[in-house]
Amino acid sequence: MEALVASGVGVLTAVGVYLCLRGRTFPVVLGLSFLSYAVNVFLFASGRLIVGRPPIIDPAAPGYTDPLPQALVLTAIVISFGMTALVVVLALRAFLEAGSDHVDGREPKGREPR
Amino acid sequence: MDLAPIVLLPLLGAVLPPLILRSGRNACALVTGAVTALSLAVLLVRAPAVFRGEVLRESVVWLPPAGLEASFFLDGFGFFFAFLILAIGLLIITYARFYLSREDPMGRFFSFLLLFQGAMLGIVLSDNVILLVIFWELTSLSSFLLIGYWRHLAEAREGARMALVVTGAGGLALLAGLLLLAGEAGSFALTEILARGETVRASPLYLPILVLVLLGAFTKSAQFPFHFWLPHAMAAPTPVSAYLHSATMVKAGLFLMGRLWPVLAGTEAWFLIVSGVGLLTMLIAAWIAIFKDDLKALLAFSTVSHLGLVTMLLGLGTGSAALVAVFHILNHASFKAALFMTAGIVDHEVHTRDARRLGGLVRLMPITGSLAVLAALAMAGIPPLNGFLSKELVLEETLSVRYLGSETLFPLLVVAASAFSVAYSFRYAVHVFMGPVRSDYPHRPHDPSPGMWLPVAVLALPIVAIGLFPEAVAGPLVHRAAAALTAGAAPDTPLKLWHGLSPALVASAVALVVGLVLLAAFTPLVALRARLWRPEAKVMFEAAVAAVAALARMVSEAIHNDRLQRTLAWALVAVLVVGLAIGGGAFAAGGRERLAIAGMGVVVWAAGVGCALAVLRFHHDRLLALILTSVVGLAVSLTFVWFSAPDLALTQLSVEIVTTVLLLLALNYLPRESPRESSAARRGRDLALALASGVGVAVLLYAILTTDFALPTISAYHLAESKPGGGGTNVVNVILVDFRGYDTLGEIIVLGIAALAIFAVLDSTFRGAAAERLRQWRARARAADRHPMVLVVASRAMLPLALAVGVYIFLRGHNQPGGGFIAGLVVGVALIVQYMASGWAWARARTRIDYHALVGLGVFVAVATGVGSWVFDRPFLTSTYGYLHLPVVGAVELASAALFDVGVFLTVVGVVMLVLANLARVSARIEPQQGPIEPMDSVPRPEPQAPMGAAVHAAARAAPEA
Repeated sequence: MEALVASGVGVLTAVGVYLCLRGRTFPVVLGLSFLSYAVNVFLFASGRLIVGRPPIIDPAAPGYTDPLPQALVLTAIVISFGMTALVVVLALRAFLEAGSDHVDGREPKGREPR
Repeated sequence: MDLAPIVLLPLLGAVLPPLILRSGRNACALVTGAVTALSLAVLLVRAPAVFRGEVLRESVVWLPPAGLEASFFLDGFGFFFAFLILAIGLLIITYARFYLSREDPMGRFFSFLLLFQGAMLGIVLSDNVILLVIFWELTSLSSFLLIGYWRHLAEAREGARMALVVTGAGGLALLAGLLLLAGEAGSFALTEILARGETVRASPLYLPILVLVLLGAFTKSAQFPFHFWLPHAMAAPTPVSAYLHSATMVKAGLFLMGRLWPVLAGTEAWFLIVSGVGLLTMLIAAWIAIFKDDLKALLAFSTVSHLGLVTMLLGLGTGSAALVAVFHILNHASFKAALFMTAGIVDHEVHTRDARRLGGLVRLMPITGSLAVLAALAMAGIPPLNGFLSKELVLEETLSVRYLGSETLFPLLVVAASAFSVAYSFRYAVHVFMGPVRSDYPHRPHDPSPGMWLPVAVLALPIVAIGLFPEAVAGPLVHRAAAALTAGAAPDTPLKLWHGLSPALVASAVALVVGLVLLAAFTPLVALRARLWRPEAKVMFEAAVAAVAALARMVSEAIHNDRLQRTLAWALVAVLVVGLAIGGGAFAAGGRERLAIAGMGVVVWAAGVGCALAVLRFHHDRLLALILTSVVGLAVSLTFVWFSAPDLALTQLSVEIVTTVLLLLALNYLPRESPRESSAARRGRDLALALASGVGVAVLLYAILTTDFALPTISAYHLAESKPGGGGTNVVNVILVDFRGYDTLGEIIVLGIAALAIFAVLDSTFRGAAAERLRQWRARARAADRHPMVLVVASRAMLPLALAVGVYIFLRGHNQPGGGFIAGLVVGVALIVQYMASGWAWARARTRIDYHALVGLGVFVAVATGVGSWVFDRPFLTSTYGYLHLPVVGAVELASAALFDVGVFLTVVGVVMLVLANLARVSARIEPQQGPIEPMDSVPRPEPQAPMGAAVHAAARAAPEA
């Protein structure tokens, strides 16, 4: 399973990076979402992968996975939402102000504002 | 014994003058003087110990591994400098009070002056070399501020910039040199470095250390070829020139060479570089000084020349020469500060400092004139003034110096420089103050108020007294300082006025005669000099700065133009390069036991990776890309479920829903498709970067996952203490609200701030260009169906259920997966569904909660819970818990952490609603109102009654419809 998780995170990172390098704001926002997924899973996995041992104290439990990365990632997920929201609203406002959703705030040469 | 107050008093006192200025200029100067006097008093209290030969230390340890500690020490040499700084400082403050005109902002001036004073004291008292460099740069900064004090003058700004660039760059070299030195000596403490001279001189790094340290010292003390900044610094007000650029700051370089003398001096390299540069500077600057018509420029070059003289003495590397160096620093400080002040008086009273327009002033301003002539004679080295003594000693030290195999070169040049010095000193005295009274002064000269000439008179005292009774007046101070400088190698022969008919006296007489002849031949000499080629330092400096700036602009525009894509690509390249450099091939798979691949895992992996790759292919269709992205989010949630993280799965799931709704709302206003505009080359570049990043992350993660922990994790503590210490069995939740409650508190505050920022960005959308575009957007209006019945009814039936689920998730959170974050998101989703199903206006009209207040309330509850611990005399956010026994329900746990979780819950609900409702509101404010806006289950009314919607609808009607 380690190889699956590692390769999955790799793909998420690659897609996130590619989208972040696009010229329009919306793909960049999606790219940031992808990077958030990748980073969150990465951090979570740094506690190593363990199946069926959630960190819920139970006398019958055979053992527990590492709870600390989970706590870190839980707040990271919520913060990523705040970040995505802020970025998308900025992108929207920039589009409304400039008439272009290009990341540079203006259409590249030879294109009409939309 | 406390030494820090000597430094801190002026630094902290720097805030006072601007505050006191309202009480008048006298009060302002008095406060500045009082701060200085207090610092001086603290210093003088330590004098007896210093004169007994003790070395006082004070140390505040801060970061020992990094070599950072605030440590000071005071020995004879430090005392000598500190005394000069503070004593001359007092005179300068008095002088400046009367020099500055009513229009000059005096508070700022004295504030900068105290800042400088503190920094300078810091240099001379620092024991830690890094602290020394910090103070060193602080003097450069305060000097910059003071030179540029008259900020309306271009030359002041240019001079300030030049001084900052030259001395600041030297400071960086010094930092590098001192770090190397500390490394070789094995300590950051000067007191320890000073004892390890042998080790340092034997080190292969000795030469680099020497060169770097000397770069710092030479730039600061304006040694050739860095001498050019000092004359341009004369754009500063004269008190500044007298204080910083003559008596104190420019001597920081000398101080440094003296301080490190026991470590660095005594080698061939030291002798050749330091004495050579010193002699050259002394000679060139003295020659230039003769021809400067501007009095301050003349004095500036003469200062450079005298700094060169002291540098040369230190370069000789003998104890007796070092003694003379200390003695001359004292003498120079006294007569040069006096000379600058008289130049300032002339400028102040006659409104010019051009020597060609002056002359005969001694008759019109007798007090100033006599004092100026006296100081000039001291500078020329005329007995029985203090300048004569040190000059005799200088000649005595240098007449037998062999340099580069020549026995005559060194003495000859020293005598030549002395002759030049006589020439410019007499020029200052004769051309300005002697001769006939003229009729064409720009302003009728007369002596200034005593406030300006008294400080000069005070300085005249040591000029004469040291000349007549050197050992009695200056002996102890100079000997103590020289002994500390040389670590005991300086001779303790008493200073005396008359040395007998020595070769030095003869040389001195020769210099005097030659100097006077030069002055007599001044006019032909000027004509001769006009024909010689002279490099223009300022032009060269500015060309160099312009070239460097152009290069920097070229590089930064290549990397960081205002194109996000290129900037980001470069940043990624940098990250990849650093990653490769650090990791390289080290990310190998480890030996940890692998988990068997499960069939379900492969399915989830395939779904996630497949959708991610599909986004890559179809990202131009934004709606499709968004849907595919949310599938990836679901795959991530499932990953969390699979690997024992139910809390994360719940959070990811609810965040996924909220984010998708958010992006859908945003997409409503944005173009539905991205144009295909990237060139094949760019797509190739981006793919390569993406591939490299992805592979790098995957390899790194695989290496981590297959390696066991190198050290035991701290999680064992959390697992063990969760129930007994935090009162909950859900360890993740206990960590969030208890162990790491501070982090969570910070996080909900950040969330609240983000939500407020979003509100601010959206709330001003209805003005200006944005509003115009929204109107056009509405003109292209789309279908206006009423909100569909099925969704309306279903969502309303679901609402209580969904809220109940939220409460349930919250309540179980401490022991089972759940908690404030997840509950907040669930409740937020439940409410948002109402907005989606029935429309913004309908939902808003029925909501009685202000979401801003909700965010604030949440943060308040969380903070109040933390503060509550204080009532029980415990630290902030200490948790406690107990059980409440209820009939039927049984034991209900009540933990204070649960209250904290309520704060988290309220904040999250508030943030989600504030963001989504405001984004939806943009839609509601501009949605075309052609059709009925009410949901189907309410009877359509002619006028909507919603209090908040009314204005909106009215506005919508008033605008032209498409």
